[in-house]
Amino acid sequence: MDDIAILGVGMHPWGKWGRNFTEYGVKAARDALADAEVGWEEIQFVSGANSVRCGYPGYVSASTFANALGFTGCQLASSYAACASGATALSIARAQIFSGVCDVALVVGAESTPKGFFAPNAGERHEDPDWLRFHLVGATNPTYFALYARRRMELYGDTSEDFAAVKVKNSRHGVFNSNARYTKEYDADDIANSPMVADPLRLLEICATSDGGAALVVSSLEWAASRGIDNPVRVSGISTVRPTYPNSVIELPYLASDSWSAVGDETMTFKDNIAGRAYEEASVSPEDLDFAEVYDLSSAYELDWYEHIGLCERGDAAKLLRAGDTALGGRIPVNPSGGLGAFGEAVPAQAIAQVCEMAWQLRGEAGDRQVEGARVGLSINHGMFGHGSSVICTR
Amino acid sequence: MPPAEQTPYGFGMSMRTAVAAVEGLFTLDADEPRLIGGRARSRGSYFFPKSLAGSDPACLGDEIDEVLLSRTGKLWSFTTGEYAPPAPYVIPGDEFEPYVIAAVELAEESLVVLGQVVAGISVDELSVGIEMELVIDVLYSDDEHDYLVWKWAPAEMNENGEG
Repeated sequence: MDDIAILGVGMHPWGKWGRNFTEYGVKAARDALADAEVGWEEIQFVSGANSVRCGYPGYVSASTFANALGFTGCQLASSYAACASGATALSIARAQIFSGVCDVALVVGAESTPKGFFAPNAGERHEDPDWLRFHLVGATNPTYFALYARRRMELYGDTSEDFAAVKVKNSRHGVFNSNARYTKEYDADDIANSPMVADPLRLLEICATSDGGAALVVSSLEWAASRGIDNPVRVSGISTVRPTYPNSVIELPYLASDSWSAVGDETMTFKDNIAGRAYEEASVSPEDLDFAEVYDLSSAYELDWYEHIGLCERGDAAKLLRAGDTALGGRIPVNPSGGLGAFGEAVPAQAIAQVCEMAWQLRGEAGDRQVEGARVGLSINHGMFGHGSSVICTR
Repeated sequence: MPPAEQTPYGFGMSMRTAVAAVEGLFTLDADEPRLIGGRARSRGSYFFPKSLAGSDPACLGDEIDEVLLSRTGKLWSFTTGEYAPPAPYVIPGDEFEPYVIAAVELAEESLVVLGQVVAGISVDELSVGIEMELVIDVLYSDDEHDYLVWKWAPAEMNENGEG
């Protein structure tokens, strides 16, 4: 698979700002354009990652952002894949570039979120699994994170202290990130003293719902070269895979897993397959990674990803953590940005924000959180209803 | 809107009518309630709920029969809900009480199903792998109805006639 160039990246800081999501997207887009030294009027295609929490403008996000920046007649696409929306939007921009429809594109995602648990759409929705799980079971998003965490404890001997150590690590990284919502360094006592939300996970171990925005300017390598950019950060692989039946691990927002009675076994989870497609496209393997940005919806969830992206065998993630391998300065830093633990979750912006961090790391512009000599990075993410996403960037 | 199917059900001295909180997902057999799932006729794959689950691509065009699923299984994992979820969760009673949630691997179907655990059981009494059993319990009530749902109970406890 060919590469595309990342010419510019931009973000609106994550927080609880309570403003229109368009504002965050536009700020991120302007920063990305300035970073790329590309004019808005030069953008030929806008790929928007949608929000389902910001009314109709959120469903037509590319148009909303383009309108706010000034309609120029460029082409648009708006897409939604839950938390994986940003990677889907990037994949659409890449397809347009590869097909020759455009040379240079803007990818934007932003959201303004309400306080507290995410909730399903209103109404009596007996045929919507997202509605049923709240109504019949009271299963929130943290319910699922906690089920995975408890399973790690029972199967692999992970402890609450291990989970807290993930949060401590990511908070130390987040201290150096001015775009993060939480830039405080937490210690194990802070976490142990925070309220239990979904046993064994405590409040400080569950990512908050946040406002934020992120944007990328991407182009063909030829177009980048025509601007005198011969060594850009490259997108070398994108995965947007869906589960392969049977997905034996129960996923948000379903009431049940798939059945492995006819085919497969209880170990099959599609989270093992998400990175595979990106590795294949980029022709790299886990040993080639210098760092990874993974979707730490909870502290314990980060450990699952170590295994799903091939940093270690299943069950061994806590060993990497305890050895300090995944902290800044370690063998393979994970979430040098601070991750969701430091950012919280702004759904359509999150996968794009991961790519922003990869770009800064690969350019050597990540400041005090820089992974020395970074050349290959991987991001991975997971949206409910079976949306995987992973992006590999190289330089 | 009145519920389509009303089934008398004995919960204490309640004069309310017991109805399923959502129809078509479970039977209201007081002694041996069952989840209602689907099974692909030729392939044998199971689904729950019948029409809202992940699909086996090998079953495209296969007939999906309605089947009653196993009442017992092994505890796959468990957690608590310490804070009240947003609507459409309904707080039963006057004040929110934390609850336990279980994911249970059904004995025959190799399928993991979520459900609340009956009140009175704490996470300290649970561990992955223990035998769990399906029961029917009140999810919430209004003046006229008890709305019922399936819940999980440790199998031992139910044999003792408690809960």
